Amino acid sequence: MYRTANGEEIFVIDGHTHFWDGSPANQKNIHGKQFIECFYAYHSNLSPPSEKWVKEKFEKYDAKTMFDDLFVLGYDDMAILQPTYLTDFYKNGFNTTERNAAMKKSHPDRFILNGAFDPRDGSKGLEDLHALAEKYKLQGVKLYTAEWRGESKGYKLSDKDSYKYLEAAQKLGIKNIHVHKGPTIIPLNRDAFDVADIDDVATSFQDLNFIVEHCGLPRLDDFCWIATQETNVYAGIAVALPFIHSRPGYFAHVMSELLFWLGPDKILYGSDYGIWTPKWLIDKFMAFEIPEDLTKETGSVLTLENKTKILGLNAARLYGIDVEAQKKKIRAGGGYAHLSEPVPA
Amino acid sequence: MSGHVARSLPERDRQAEHWQAGQSQVETRQTELWGALQSVMDPELDESVVELNFVTKADIDAANHVQIEFRLPTYWCAANFSFLMADDMRRAVAALAWVTGVSVVLGEHMYADTINAGLARGLSFQETFGVEADGDLDDLRRTFLVKAFQRRQVALLNHLTGTGHSPETIAALTLFELRGLPVDDEGDRLRRRYLERRGVVAAADDEMPAFVDAAGLPLSAERFAAYVSGLRRVGVNAEFNSALCRGLLSVRFDLETPFVPKARASA
Repeated sequence: MYRTANGEEIFVIDGHTHFWDGSPANQKNIHGKQFIECFYAYHSNLSPPSEKWVKEKFEKYDAKTMFDDLFVLGYDDMAILQPTYLTDFYKNGFNTTERNAAMKKSHPDRFILNGAFDPRDGSKGLEDLHALAEKYKLQGVKLYTAEWRGESKGYKLSDKDSYKYLEAAQKLGIKNIHVHKGPTIIPLNRDAFDVADIDDVATSFQDLNFIVEHCGLPRLDDFCWIATQETNVYAGIAVALPFIHSRPGYFAHVMSELLFWLGPDKILYGSDYGIWTPKWLIDKFMAFEIPEDLTKETGSVLTLENKTKILGLNAARLYGIDVEAQKKKIRAGGGYAHLSEPVPA
Repeated sequence: MSGHVARSLPERDRQAEHWQAGQSQVETRQTELWGALQSVMDPELDESVVELNFVTKADIDAANHVQIEFRLPTYWCAANFSFLMADDMRRAVAALAWVTGVSVVLGEHMYADTINAGLARGLSFQETFGVEADGDLDDLRRTFLVKAFQRRQVALLNHLTGTGHSPETIAALTLFELRGLPVDDEGDRLRRRYLERRGVVAAADDEMPAFVDAAGLPLSAERFAAYVSGLRRVGVNAEFNSALCRGLLSVRFDLETPFVPKARASA
């Protein structure tokens, strides 16, 4: 919960969090070591110095640390757990649905648990998706189309096999398809700069929502074009957001373009925890204004209303969260005990 | 009695001259070598691999064989871009008349072994990665050359409008006229960079329009503002990339003592 100076309460849903184990004990090979080191480089490079963690904490943090960072020290009210399997790099996987499920189980009112699939897993993968969706009542999945696997250097959502999985997801009640389209995390080929497959499936699957994580960065121009054509395409701003500290001018450009092309109802906040933490991101975001020259050019303004939508209301709509009811539940569970009493109106 | 004391003075001078000539040739070649590498761009950032601190070694041995080593901001940088840069370095250096051979080695990368083996055997990206590579590197190269053209163009257009040239004047310029246009130092730098890429999208003869779009069509004064604002996003993308890549490289490797090639430091 973020409270403004005037006492207004802003309900925050963090669209992008992870509960990973990248520790040396879990690393299967050099790729596992290099993967967490690459994440750590993002963390070190874009965090303010005071927010930098030591490497050991970054490699593996415990459930309490995560809970406190998100909900006690940070302003998150709820968080979506997005899995990243990487079973080729890590003995028990990096951040699987199963691992995340333990977090969800301890704090059911706080977390939304998402699953994952990979259309290259064939009919076995479809069975697994059924089981996963039933076991955890999934509403969303996170996909990595650029992941290299054996001989394959990635897949497209518009592939025939992807269609089968999306059809299955739809039947299973999975509405929200989060797709990683952002900076390279696994080496890729020509799809490195391609968001065109989103266009295809967004048209074919009108009942599904496609949340393009990292808003297609660095290919913001291609992404904005696609998102404008399709009413069910959203932008997740994880990874773009931390630039608010190191490159505020750049962040302003991204936000003004997203507001101009997509509008304030289709942008979702995400911290990408544990790469970055909600406290400093949201403090800076709430204080942020798009510079006048950009506003003159695009007409984009980050009003309090727009910030409220981006920080929580948009995700609440996608995941069917009744904000007032959810606040009551969290308050009843003592979740706001650390906050001072609200300023009387 | 030691030999060199016994030598006659003229002989010693001759030797010194010979040695100096050899030294200056080494320096000239080092300068040429780094000049060639300087011209190689990271395709996505449109910045030189030398400026980006990617190149860590460029040695010339006694047989004029050149050994280049480079590294990238992450272990995961796209294999095709990595290969492309290595291939461009190989081509640029091999074009120097005195070079007898070039070896390029990529360090600390997920596909370092595969890429290095392919480079050592002079294979293409396609041959190196076989079935895993279905993208054509020439298409990729072209895509990024066009993006570089757009980015350089918008920088120059912003500079020209900022220094008082109207859209009408700018749209009417031929390449000949643009080359002769009086500009300040910054304008000259931007103009040179733009002209390097102008030929990517359309014929670049003197009488051709100086400013064309990516399809090669001349700009018009009427749609000038809309056109420039469309290009703005290309620049925003590039800035993101550039900031991120520099930052990641600096975290990954010790850049406290920046690697400055000798020939450039003395230049």
